[in-house]
Amino acid sequence: MISFAGIAYPILVLGSLGLAFGALLAFASIKFFVAVDERVSKIREILPGANCGGCGYPGCDGYADGVVNAGAKTNLCAAGGSDLAKGIASIMGVEGESSEPVRAFLKCKGSPDFSVRNADYVGVRDCRSAAIVPGGSPNSCPFGCIGFGTCVKVCVFGALSIVNGLAMIDPTKCVGCGTCVANCPKSVLKLVPRSSDVQVTCNSNWRGPDVKRVCTAGCIGCGICVKACQVGAITLNANLASIDASKCTNCGACAAKCPAKCIGSVMPEELKASA
Amino acid sequence: MSIVWLFLGSIFVNNILLSRFLGCCPFLGVSTKSETAKGMGVAVIFVTVLAAIVTWLVYNLVLVPLKLQFLYTLSFILVIAALVQFVELVLKKINPVLYKSLGIFLPLITTNCAVLGVAVINMNENYSLLESAVNALGSSMGFLLAIVLMAGIRERIEHNTNIPQCLHGLPIALVTAGLMSIAFMGFSGIIK
Repeated sequence: MISFAGIAYPILVLGSLGLAFGALLAFASIKFFVAVDERVSKIREILPGANCGGCGYPGCDGYADGVVNAGAKTNLCAAGGSDLAKGIASIMGVEGESSEPVRAFLKCKGSPDFSVRNADYVGVRDCRSAAIVPGGSPNSCPFGCIGFGTCVKVCVFGALSIVNGLAMIDPTKCVGCGTCVANCPKSVLKLVPRSSDVQVTCNSNWRGPDVKRVCTAGCIGCGICVKACQVGAITLNANLASIDASKCTNCGACAAKCPAKCIGSVMPEELKASA
Repeated sequence: MSIVWLFLGSIFVNNILLSRFLGCCPFLGVSTKSETAKGMGVAVIFVTVLAAIVTWLVYNLVLVPLKLQFLYTLSFILVIAALVQFVELVLKKINPVLYKSLGIFLPLITTNCAVLGVAVINMNENYSLLESAVNALGSSMGFLLAIVLMAGIRERIEHNTNIPQCLHGLPIALVTAGLMSIAFMGFSGIIK
């Protein structure tokens, strides 16, 4: 038999307990109020609030606190770009450092059309777990994009997708926070300056014949691009050409000579229109 | 004398983590660096002792006289949540250094089942206020001991290249936790 008192009593007691604690907390929040530096909340307000952690601090709150109290630089927020850096600098009353906007870029062309898939992987569909199976990748090339979309999962800006077995970056959504780069087990993603056009689209450190065996679009380390470059921006490290973006003039001389066709214009059309 | 045995027993024999298996989430979650593990452990000591005293008062002075003992889970959670908030506010004001060193761990403790577990154990064992406080102190020191040991081991494991790659990270941590628990079982029976 359920009595009215049997229900009302507990509700009353718990309710008054809750009320008492609530009152205590309300009192404490006034009594023990600590003035927070108003610059922290101001900076926090203009930060994007995606909590991507690209700045190296735990979330936007942490970064705002870091700028005011720990002397963090004002240009660490990749998502906000240079406008935000200026805003933070003006709140802090300091001369802002400019920040070169960057975007994520996939150093791999090895879709199934160019590179054979070795195995039919049936484990957890996550590159980080696929990368620890023997061989380092279900694909024949252990350096290339696995294409299980770990980067897609970690991107809080929704800038990535998997198209034809490769990570595809939407340049209009990518803010260059670097979360995907940090989570890619193959390190096949990298950050490049937003204005950079000509890039090497391969990540393989193997020698030429080995690369040719597994992928028809990989860098064979022939070094023709190094000679073709007028400004000396290309170096060959461990059988892989790499372009120094600070020297590169995006002339395309290397791309024209590359026998493997793994150097080329990689700037998406959306960016070219705005550039 | 029995207070001393209760204290030692709650640290080693009935270790809250390795014998009672309460608070396993922070045990695995924040035991990768011994520095942060220490912070977590100290914060747990702080909150558990306070919570044990307050829950004892609420249980024996409010719930028992009103014959509402069955509400203990709900009211204990209420007490702990409010207490953690309160402690956070007070610490921020009167001891910013301690507040900073406890950092994120203080709010995290609200959901640490070791804190609630100690309060419930105190209630089930019908401990007096003093015994409750001592049991809470011992249990939370046991927590500190276990999590710091675990963090020390995990720091070493991190640099051990002999471990197969598939065991890196959490798997080897779980194996370690199991072995530590077995080791602590060796204390059982020393104190009744």
